[in-house]
Amino acid sequence: MEWYLPVIWAALIGTAVAMYVILDGFDLGIGILFPSARSEAQRDQMMRSVAPFWDGNETWLVLGGGGLWVAFPTAYAVIMPALYLPVIVMLLSLVFRGVAFEFRLVSHSKTWWNYAFTIGSTLAAFSQGVILGGLIQGIHVKDGAFAGGHFDWMTPFALLCGLALIAGYGLLGATWLTMKTEGDVAERARGQAKFLLMAVLAFMAAVSFYTPLAFERIAQRWFSLPNFYFLWPVPTVTAVVAAALWYWIGQRREILPFVATIVLFLLGYLGLIISIYPYLVPPSLTIWDTAAAPASQIFMLIGTVFLLPIILGYIVFIYWLFRGKVREGEAYH
Amino acid sequence: MDLDPVLLARIQFAFTVTFHIIFPSFTIGLSAYIATLGVLWIRREEDRYQRLMRFWTKIFAVSFAMGVVSGIVLSYQFGTNWSRFSVVAGNVVGPLIGYEVLTAFFLEATFLGVLLFGFNRVPPWLYVTSAAIVAIGTAMSAFWILSANSWMQTPVGHEMRGGIAFPVDWLTIVFNPSFPYRFAHMLNAAYLTTGFVVLAVGARYLLAGRFQAEARTMMKMAIGLLVILAPLQLVIGDQHGLNTLEHQPIKVAAMEGHWDGSKPGALVLFAWPDEKAETNRFEISIPHGASLILRHDPNGLFPGLKSVPPQDRPPVLNVFFGFRIMVGIGLFMIAASLYGAFLWWRGTLFETRWFLWILSHSWWTGFVAVIAGWVVTESGRQPWLVQGILRTADAISPVPGASILGTLVLFVFAYGIVFWMGIYYINRLIAKGPEGRAVDAAEGVPSRPLMAAEGAASDAMSKRR
Ligand code: HDD
Ligand code: HEM
Ligand code: HEM
Repeated sequence: MEWYLPVIWAALIGTAVAMYVILDGFDLGIGILFPSARSEAQRDQMMRSVAPFWDGNETWLVLGGGGLWVAFPTAYAVIMPALYLPVIVMLLSLVFRGVAFEFRLVSHSKTWWNYAFTIGSTLAAFSQGVILGGLIQGIHVKDGAFAGGHFDWMTPFALLCGLALIAGYGLLGATWLTMKTEGDVAERARGQAKFLLMAVLAFMAAVSFYTPLAFERIAQRWFSLPNFYFLWPVPTVTAVVAAALWYWIGQRREILPFVATIVLFLLGYLGLIISIYPYLVPPSLTIWDTAAAPASQIFMLIGTVFLLPIILGYIVFIYWLFRGKVREGEAYH
Repeated sequence: MDLDPVLLARIQFAFTVTFHIIFPSFTIGLSAYIATLGVLWIRREEDRYQRLMRFWTKIFAVSFAMGVVSGIVLSYQFGTNWSRFSVVAGNVVGPLIGYEVLTAFFLEATFLGVLLFGFNRVPPWLYVTSAAIVAIGTAMSAFWILSANSWMQTPVGHEMRGGIAFPVDWLTIVFNPSFPYRFAHMLNAAYLTTGFVVLAVGARYLLAGRFQAEARTMMKMAIGLLVILAPLQLVIGDQHGLNTLEHQPIKVAAMEGHWDGSKPGALVLFAWPDEKAETNRFEISIPHGASLILRHDPNGLFPGLKSVPPQDRPPVLNVFFGFRIMVGIGLFMIAASLYGAFLWWRGTLFETRWFLWILSHSWWTGFVAVIAGWVVTESGRQPWLVQGILRTADAISPVPGASILGTLVLFVFAYGIVFWMGIYYINRLIAKGPEGRAVDAAEGVPSRPLMAAEGAASDAMSKRR
């Protein structure tokens, strides 16, 4: 039990983070692509395609953070101070882009809230990438508490991860738009998706080459035998999915590009997990070192087992309710 | 210059949490009001209710968005600013907040989508049900977060091992001694806050001679509710105080400005507590009054501030004045709602202009009382963060003062903009009023085509330029 509980919780939090990245990813992506819209009506159309969902999507971030605290309090208490500034910048960016949904509607001049939405979304994506990069490159820990410098996270690698996530969320946003909108907006999104796909692949390649070179532990994981026999399919499948995505965008398919982008994200995520498991705070704290009291993990697990299916149920219902395409000039609320 | 990280972290948390609580105090009540309007609309099939429902939903949307984004900031601040707290209390408080996410946040965030965008897509019953689900979600959220906060005030059901709290009995933890009082008091506070906003808006329309039918409905509904809830708040608050006396007597001593526990306490109406001289200046008080309230005996004794050394006392001024502001507003609320009910019964409520004027200017009372109440509760717990277990000064993250100061400035700046714009927009929505007929609503919100036209116009303008 003491051994399994942290593994179950790591899987659950991993799932929450994946849900967050995909769901909020596409609506942050809309913000990133916002400046490319040609008119206020097109901006309305883009925003409308995500407006009923954004709040629910962002709740996965609360579950991810809250879940980390519930199940691995020590990790939470190390990671947050270590990545203090990027975390706060992310939160503030989310404030501005969040209120922009409603404020934009009721203000006379939308310009400022258009900026707030774009800059907030882009900066939130960037800081999330930096947080991820900061975590992968490792945090200095002493006696179970953060003991590093306050700008340790600021490395070229972390900044690269920040840019990578902007491109990644942009791609999710673009393929979402090809699925959920029509007309000019959808047309332009196809072009953007192709460009962003190239960028994402370039970033993925950079990260895949850089991390094994820079971090001995990651090279060990991937290139030692027999690991390599099991792991080589990951990059291979990624290449196949990327090719299919490119093809489907060209074929003007509507749903498949979005699905393929999600798969691409999941593959990248899988690669990441392979690189750092079983560490939650590389290079020193594993999921077992940081786990909460079993009584806490069990109490929370019981609720999760019952509630998560219900939550997923009504989330599916909402996406079903607001199915179909959003046209230019349609009513907001 | 030496920046004290503890002080800065406290200021930062107090600032962000105070900003946050403004919105829940309003959205918890408003969502319930919207759901009620929805039920009336379906039952009585009168357009008036539907217009009011749609009107308040627009205001709700703006407030809710601010509540959500400021709440997300808070949940991460436990880690960024109070990481020792996260470790020491994480086993107990973490799951309570985890349950809040699972039972409340997902529910309200998801069905909010239906409430804001589903009017033309779902049948009325489902629309109104979604409104009710949002209202239930907000109340459940209050349940869990107040359970967590109450456990920090009156921790039970755990055991300490190696300086870390481990849960023993979850039911005892969730329903800890101060929780029932705090939950009832806060939920009621939220309904009172909303009630006074609705009342003020109704009074404002009546004075301006606009939307008469809607304004009368709003005022009647609000007064009918407040005349029960405002006196009830006094009763709950009194019980709450008695409970606090049992568990946190020094907090009560600070509320009452009571220094010397060997004498019966006076009911201090006004004073300036002087923490250095350990006495009250400029005191106006009713002798034996506090003893009578707290002990039901004019000569009853209760602990005074001097019974603990100065470093174990809370900041007396915050607690003392916070308490007086809250109770003062509470008494005003009782008076206003009783007098309103009296005028209604006399049939002159809608003509008594001086009274309407007062009501139309009292929309802020609930918000101020809520904030004052929280200052009493939280400042009164000092120097403890978790009563008797963890001191605030020991709960801090290993983050330098400069980082906290820098981000504090960012928060003040960002929240300043968001807050004033939000108030401004809500005010404008109110000034515009519940216009439009139900017929329009079937084709979408009446204001919408107008806005599309505006958008097109401004595009045309920018192209010409
Ligand atoms: C009495 C009620 C109450 C209190 C004391 C608090 N909150 Fe709150 N919170 C709410 C009642 C609420 C609410 C009514 O559920 C929300 C939803 C929208 C709003 O305006 O308030 C909310 C939103 C909200 C959200 C966003 C939820 C979402 O994504 O939909 C978070 C993460 C928090 N809160 C976290 C906190 C924390 C960490 C608090 C304590 C320090 C806190 N809240 C105090
Ligand atoms: C689980 C819920 C809560 C936790 C964990 C919590 C924790 C804290 C912490 C860490 C501080 C800083 C220490 C200090 O300044 O004294 C604080 C202060 C404060 N909190 Fe809370 N709090 C909670 C709920 C709330 C809520 C809902 C409010 C409502 C507004 C609130 C209002 C305040 C205020 C006003 C202060 C400043 C007190 C002072 O200046 O001394 N708290 N709280
Ligand atoms: C009418 C007389 C009232 C009395 C006697 C009263 C009593 C109290 C007491 C004793 C506390 C502190 C409890 C503690 O920290 O242990 C408290 C807290 C609080 N009060 Fe009041 N109160 C009154 C009116 C109001 C009103 C009108 C509002 C808002 C509309 C309000 C909102 C709050 C809030 C939000 C708190 C902090 C949360 C809590 O601890 O419950 N109170 N009140």
